[in-house]
Amino acid sequence: MAIGIVGGVLLAVMRLSKNPVTSSIAWFYIWFFRGTPVLVQLIVWFNLGLVFEYINLGPFYKDEWSDFMTPFLTALLGLGLNEAAYMAEICRAGLLSVDEGQTEASHALGMSHAKTLRRIVIPQAMRVIVPPTGNEVINMLKTTSLVSVVQYPELLRAAQDIGQTSGAPAEMLFLAAAWYLLLTSVFSVGQYYLERYYARGSSRSLPATPFQKIKANVLSLSNRSSTTGGTA
Amino acid sequence: MTAMVKAEGVHKSFGPVEVLKGIDLEVKSGEVFCLIGPSGSGKSTFLRCINHLEKINAGRLYVDGELVGYRQKGDKLYELKDSEVAVKRRDIGMVFQRFNLFPHMTAVENVMEAPVQVKGVSKSQARTRAQELLDRVGLADKAGNYPSQLSGGQQQRVAIARALAMDPKLMLFDEPTSALDPELVGDVLDVMRDLAESGMTMIVVTHEMGFAREVGDSLVFMDGGVVVESGHPREVLTNPQHERTKSFLSKVL
Ligand SMILES: Nc1ncnc2c1ncn2[C@@H]1O[C@H](COP(=O)(O)OP(=O)(O)OP(=O)(O)O)[C@@H](O)[C@H]1O
Ligand SMILES: [Mg+2]
Repeated sequence: MAIGIVGGVLLAVMRLSKNPVTSSIAWFYIWFFRGTPVLVQLIVWFNLGLVFEYINLGPFYKDEWSDFMTPFLTALLGLGLNEAAYMAEICRAGLLSVDEGQTEASHALGMSHAKTLRRIVIPQAMRVIVPPTGNEVINMLKTTSLVSVVQYPELLRAAQDIGQTSGAPAEMLFLAAAWYLLLTSVFSVGQYYLERYYARGSSRSLPATPFQKIKANVLSLSNRSSTTGGTA
Repeated sequence: MTAMVKAEGVHKSFGPVEVLKGIDLEVKSGEVFCLIGPSGSGKSTFLRCINHLEKINAGRLYVDGELVGYRQKGDKLYELKDSEVAVKRRDIGMVFQRFNLFPHMTAVENVMEAPVQVKGVSKSQARTRAQELLDRVGLADKAGNYPSQLSGGQQQRVAIARALAMDPKLMLFDEPTSALDPELVGDVLDVMRDLAESGMTMIVVTHEMGFAREVGDSLVFMDGGVVVESGHPREVLTNPQHERTKSFLSKVL
């Protein structure tokens, strides 16, 4: 996922670049990785060894493909590169949502392109980027179950294996589902706080965190009880 | 007096449309230079050429004796790299019609941003200076507010403070009061008047003829991408020589 997000930001900036070469490279990448199913990509990565027997990065690295392309690396590359293509489009929408006047004002102050992007444009784009990214993260988490096809022992596969040996396959599948739910819930909470952080300045007052809401309720309750106590 | 800004035959086209058709003018150091003209006459475009937010197609534009976005070699102009342009822009403050404050930063953070990021001033120093500048534009108590929590007039004054934080030698104002409710215009003009008295060189695109008359040292009337008439504001405004100036002034006054 980290590969996906970093790659996505890079691709989005490349696509919006004035240089026609960089923007078409990005366009091509997105076209390819978005246009083919992840499952196919995963299997292709894993089986590239059938086409290229050796991987040869000159003096740095040389090995047989099947040794190099472990299930873990396949999972990482296959999912990461695919995710980058989706994230690129999300980031591009975010960057485009920031008013051009912001870039101009920043340039007029003498800030460089890179600083403008990092300090001014991206923090504002995040407001648009975070919600769909939350979707992507959760989707990604669930997509990891696809990796079982390349023999990587991820959650679903592990559950099935244990289920078979212990003789309780249905229970283990329920357990796996519960784990997915737990993990996605953790991410949802993270997303809430992230959104709240990037919302600063955009609405007149920040929404309260659940914790603050509870605190406020408890306080008002205890106030009420103390006032009633006083009059009684 | 030396010229702070000197334009020689500045041309600018957007595709086939020629917006500036040879602008010649000179802005002296320390003066308030007002630019008026009908909508679409190229005032904003000219202002944006001065700090190289727009490239020019022909002519020369000097700020404090130096070309802004270009380097001259022999007879040819070469465009500077983005980083070199950025260095030149530090000395030129700009205030926009729509403020363009950074909405994710508080007022004081807006003012601190460029000194910290561009000049490498320490945060505490930049904060002290930003507080002083906010005080100067009458907003000392609004330092912690986000732009969305400020009125238009207050936002524009923060924008002025933000530009001043870079200690520019030239300030460009593009219709700084046009987006404001009438009762908020006065506060912003007061700040600009103060700034003029402190000796800042200012180029002001404006529809506020009262301000031009009182504060301006020179005034230029532009129409259709050329300078039609120029002179002292009082003379041009009360006794215009050209038909086009007369008809424009009769509409706005
Ligand atoms: N980026 C651009 N691309 C194409 N045309 C442009 C661009 N910017 C400005 N123009 C055109 O250039 C002309 C001059 O615009 P400019 O904004 O300089 O006018 P102005 O004098 O500032 O007018 P106003 O008083 O309405 O602000 C207009 O006809 C406008 O349509
Ligand atoms: Mg304009």
